[in-house]
Amino acid sequence: MTTKLMGQGVQRVEDQRFLRGLGRYVDDVAVEQQVLHAAVLRSPHAHARILDIDVADVLDVEGVHAVYTYDDLTGPMAEPLPLLIPHPALTHGRTQYALAKDEVNYVGEAIAFVVAEDRYVAEDAVARIRVDYEFLPPVVGIAAARAAERLVHDDVPGNVGARLEQEVGDAKAAIARAPHTLSLDLTVERSACMPMEGRGTVARWDPDLHRLQVWTSTQSSTGVRAAVAVKMGLGLGQVDVVTPDVGGGFGVKINHPWPEELLVPMAARALGRTVKFTEDRREHFISSAHERGQVHHIEVGFDDDGRLLGLDVEFWHDHGAFTPYGLIVPIITSTQLLGPYKPQNYRVVFESLYTNTVMVTPYRGAGRPQGCYAMERTMDAIAAYLGKDRTEVRAVNFIQPDEFPYDQGLIFQDGRELEYDSGDYPASLEKIKALVGWDEFPAFQAEMAAQGRRVGIGLACYVEGTGVGPYEGAHVHIETSGKVKVATGLTTQGQGHATVFAQLVADELGCPFEDVEVVTGDTRRMPYAVGTFASRAAVMSGSAIHLAAKRAKEKVLKIAAEALEADEKDLQIVDGVVSVKGSPGTSIDLGTVSVLSNPLRYAFDEASKAATQFSVGDPGKPPVPEDEEPGLEGKDFYSPERATFASGMHAVIVETDPDTAEITILKYAVVHDCGKLINPMIVEGQIHGGVAQGVGGALYERMAYDESGQLLNASFMDFLMPYVTEVPDGIDVDHLETASPLNPLGIKGAGEAGVIPSAAVFAAAIEDAEGIPITAMPISPSELFTLRQEHSS
Amino acid sequence: MSEELHDVRLTVNGASHEIRVPARRLLSDALRHDLRLTGTHVGCEHGVCGACTVLVDGEPMRACLMFAVSAVDHEITTVEGLTHADGSLSPVQQAFAECHGLQCGFCTPGFLTTITAGLRDNPQPTHEEARDMIAGNLCRCTGYQNIVKAVERAAELGSEARTSTTGGAS
Amino acid sequence: MKPAPFDYRRPGSIAEAVQILAGEPNAKVLAGGQSLVPLLSMRLAAPAMLVDINAIPGLDAIEVEDGGVRIGALARHAAVLASPDVRRVQPLVPMALAHVAHATIRNRGTTVGSLIHADAAAEMPVVLSLLGGSVDVDGPSGRRTIPASELYVGPLESSLHHDEIAVSAFFPALAPGAGVAFQELARRHGDYALVGAAALVEGESVEVGYLSVSDVPTVVDLSGVDDADLGEAALAQLEPADDIHATAAYRAQLVRVLTGKVVRSAREWADQHAEGAR
Ligand SMILES: Cc1cc2nc3c(=O)[nH]c(=O)nc-3n(C[C@H](O)[C@H](O)[C@H](O)COP(=O)(O)OP(=O)(O)OC[C@H]3O[C@@H](n4cnc5c(N)ncnc54)[C@H](O)[C@@H]3O)c2cc1C
Ligand code: FES
Ligand code: FES
Repeated sequence: MTTKLMGQGVQRVEDQRFLRGLGRYVDDVAVEQQVLHAAVLRSPHAHARILDIDVADVLDVEGVHAVYTYDDLTGPMAEPLPLLIPHPALTHGRTQYALAKDEVNYVGEAIAFVVAEDRYVAEDAVARIRVDYEFLPPVVGIAAARAAERLVHDDVPGNVGARLEQEVGDAKAAIARAPHTLSLDLTVERSACMPMEGRGTVARWDPDLHRLQVWTSTQSSTGVRAAVAVKMGLGLGQVDVVTPDVGGGFGVKINHPWPEELLVPMAARALGRTVKFTEDRREHFISSAHERGQVHHIEVGFDDDGRLLGLDVEFWHDHGAFTPYGLIVPIITSTQLLGPYKPQNYRVVFESLYTNTVMVTPYRGAGRPQGCYAMERTMDAIAAYLGKDRTEVRAVNFIQPDEFPYDQGLIFQDGRELEYDSGDYPASLEKIKALVGWDEFPAFQAEMAAQGRRVGIGLACYVEGTGVGPYEGAHVHIETSGKVKVATGLTTQGQGHATVFAQLVADELGCPFEDVEVVTGDTRRMPYAVGTFASRAAVMSGSAIHLAAKRAKEKVLKIAAEALEADEKDLQIVDGVVSVKGSPGTSIDLGTVSVLSNPLRYAFDEASKAATQFSVGDPGKPPVPEDEEPGLEGKDFYSPERATFASGMHAVIVETDPDTAEITILKYAVVHDCGKLINPMIVEGQIHGGVAQGVGGALYERMAYDESGQLLNASFMDFLMPYVTEVPDGIDVDHLETASPLNPLGIKGAGEAGVIPSAAVFAAAIEDAEGIPITAMPISPSELFTLRQEHSS
Repeated sequence: MSEELHDVRLTVNGASHEIRVPARRLLSDALRHDLRLTGTHVGCEHGVCGACTVLVDGEPMRACLMFAVSAVDHEITTVEGLTHADGSLSPVQQAFAECHGLQCGFCTPGFLTTITAGLRDNPQPTHEEARDMIAGNLCRCTGYQNIVKAVERAAELGSEARTSTTGGAS
Repeated sequence: MKPAPFDYRRPGSIAEAVQILAGEPNAKVLAGGQSLVPLLSMRLAAPAMLVDINAIPGLDAIEVEDGGVRIGALARHAAVLASPDVRRVQPLVPMALAHVAHATIRNRGTTVGSLIHADAAAEMPVVLSLLGGSVDVDGPSGRRTIPASELYVGPLESSLHHDEIAVSAFFPALAPGAGVAFQELARRHGDYALVGAAALVEGESVEVGYLSVSDVPTVVDLSGVDDADLGEAALAQLEPADDIHATAAYRAQLVRVLTGKVVRSAREWADQHAEGAR
């Protein structure tokens, strides 16, 4: 038997092209042709009425082909962009127009769209557009939004887009009865995904076929396709969306359609030319989504052991100027906040608020980092109050392994019950304590203190609902060459799907791994799909691919059994050859089975001769049996009842400099349970990347808006993404593999986990080192210094 | 007001190319759009991320901070030029594959060029030197852990290759 | 982020360059481009013409002269950093250069360009100021020497006339028995510093130059100040400001911390080198 590839650190097949510089990212599409390039005039003001737009000067610029403003949009294009995820609580949802109509609501909002010979000329033209504005007072930050002295949208009272409350039990009463109570106020600032590649779209209209071809750097090609078709008044069948190689997403490319994803196709059709838009870095800062900005107030009641009796959380979510992605982020915070714990009585209420800033859509972790931070800081506060070890307080609150499935009694982001499928939190805790050296730390801390050095340790636990529905599908096609072509509709932005999915197919079909080729995010190959977000790809498409491969295998066995005159049950497939167990001579390879699966009238090569009607099948039966289709294919969909819940714990040891307040990471440890691992090398890579992003989010990155709504740090010079020098030198990772009962492979998602506990774990460690409450993240040395001063005075 | 164009001869990966471009054409754009060598990526266009790093006379430089017109007297090497003539991967490329040093691959060309020059100058870096070698390049996906491993692995592969060739000769 | 159009000249001599500059009041010199090109791409600067000096022969020289080392306008940071002559004659230069950006930027950026760019957050202007160096410039009326004390007139503003080209910078040698040190704190490794300090101690004389604490590179004479009071004495002459990365109070704290440290390590340097080398 060939060894199973599931669970092996198989090297990635996609690397071969990336390493040679032969990846094909969106800005690489159509470089061989003379394409037109677009640039966008973006609002320089956070809040203003547009009185007039004068494009007269632009048309003189040599090389300019077109300029569009709102007035040039017609039909559905002139309507607001879709509100992708409506929710009954989102009573005042607002979305922007593809090009601003009458008013701008954030610095960066698209106002005009220029198409020219190249991007240089397009930018020259943009610089010549004159806009008259009437300034309106901007609303920046959660405090200003709540104060509501000014409104972002005139018709949204109090700047409140939504208010949502959920409750299990009676939290207020439980807290009132509790022997001990505490309250905490915790804030997290805005940050952003910041993939190394920005957004981009290329479109070409084929006048012969009446079809639109779109390439876009997206996390949901089917979503873009549907949106483009509707907005352009085309049938879905007239629009193909292909996702090229994507240079990172982390959430920002799940929102769609971005204005340019509509404007590029519109211009391509109007001009009869291929049109390309490639977002630059400054644009990415001011026009692509941000996340994380939230303020939380927590009331908690607990007993002498630190057991939660009641938890009451109120928080305010800054969703920016528009709400295209609905309430996903705050709903996730409000539900996933509970982590591995049983709060007994829990009430959570949030307000989702408008501000004159870039809109908010999920960023890796999607509200979980904030929820984890709120819950874990509460655990730390309880431990400090009771003088107990922080791990002990956590342990008494854990859901126990024998309590699964565990229903938290809330409604999750997918509209389904928040019911955890499996997990083993006590085991994880033991592992993380061992990995970071929790029990030895106090001695180390004392030893360091004796040398005048300050060190602190932090720990944080999380549970992550992964693999949310509605579904994903897969198509597996065994070609007559024996090669296996696999398509699934969700997209890839670095997760190595072409590798992990091929591992699953090779395992199920018994074919060589090298013979499997996986395509993702191409609506021509798999038109039914949702997208890559919420750590769902491996669970959803992985399961669908597994099921589709199973179907293909069933067909292989049926045809092979007939050809080999054997019983299906006696067949095995090894290395792409079907043989009768025990008599290896009686065999047929997958390619030949494929030939046989498709009875032909015409031969076109040697192999196909064997499949012509005079050489194949029983003349007494129809060439294609009833209930069968020609071709060796399998197609299936996976649509789970609910999400599967991965979990994990991080711990960090930091040192803070007594003089400069610099924060140095001495050790970072991760215990991670995402069920069965398909490819541990890739999962570890995801964790490393998440941790680095988490370090950025906790210690370096923030969106620095001034009160007029200008983003002061819209460059890599001032938005401080970590280099290697800022991330821990070595991340200790240990795995638990608690299988999910919900899917055939027992897997759970892994993509986001690395970033979830970072704000919590760093705040805890710094607090431990400093003895000062850390309640606002991220934290810089300058801020730590300020805290020290406030605390000492 | 049509813009003056310059005839520029660029030597890239050993081949000479003539292009006609305005003076403001960034080298990164000239490589990508005029020469269609799209392996060089553009992540920021202000010199910070390093995705556009190419070798200019063997030294890593930001292609987004040079104009094509200023590159005339130089030999440029891009990621496409790192692969061996027979199509096999160079030690640095090979090490990235072995160590899972890339995810989305967007930052990768800049790391590969930088490390190629770094290991030429310092074939046996210490762990600290390996980290320092990549300290000017941003990656948003990998958390750098495996890139550092790849530098160390590439050094190993490089020294294996050297011993096997010198071993053969002597 | 693409530059606005500009005319481009690539003179083969300084004289030609000066002549071109004289004919176009809105021209800018292009050296390494590591500061200028980002400004052009962000369209924060849009000169009518760039005069690319990279083809002028001989400008990349690094030469030891009487009393110091002269660094040509096209000597890249990397070459200066690697030069044994520079290290021997004035070790403060490589000490500071190691903190300038990343190696890749140093491969192209020039030390003289950095001096002329006159960023108060940059390392080399402070070093030149502290050492009392100078810059030689060529213009329509010939060559002149601008002492560092007259070079920096405001934020990102040097006293070069628009039609002048800096041809070299002169960094005075370290006197026997003297010591130097450089220290800075940046958010990320390779970033412009939140605060940086360069120290020169020579017998009783103690001088410290600071970056990122005022609009221009600032040198403070701390001779005769008690070691314990160095930071406060320096602060009395500095006015750190707030920005998005640090408050003024935090910068002041860094001045306190770095001043003592940098002076101490300059003294240590002097002690170590007093015995061995000389
Ligand atoms: C990512 C990044 C990080 C950086 N970090 C730092 C840092 O930490 N510290 C630091 O000091 N610098 C830093 N820099 C800037 C770098 O050091 C530049 O190389 C330097 O500031 C300017 O040198 P240049 O040769 O590149 O000059 P250019 O960019 O070519 O020119 C800069 C300015 O000086 C003028 N100029 C240049 N040379 C002459 C001359 N000979 N005569 C007349 N005028 C001239 C130009 O007209 C222009 O106005 C960084 C740059 C980048 C891209
Ligand atoms: S694109 Fe050149 S450094 Fe980022
Ligand atoms: S691999 Fe995606 S940015 Fe580095």
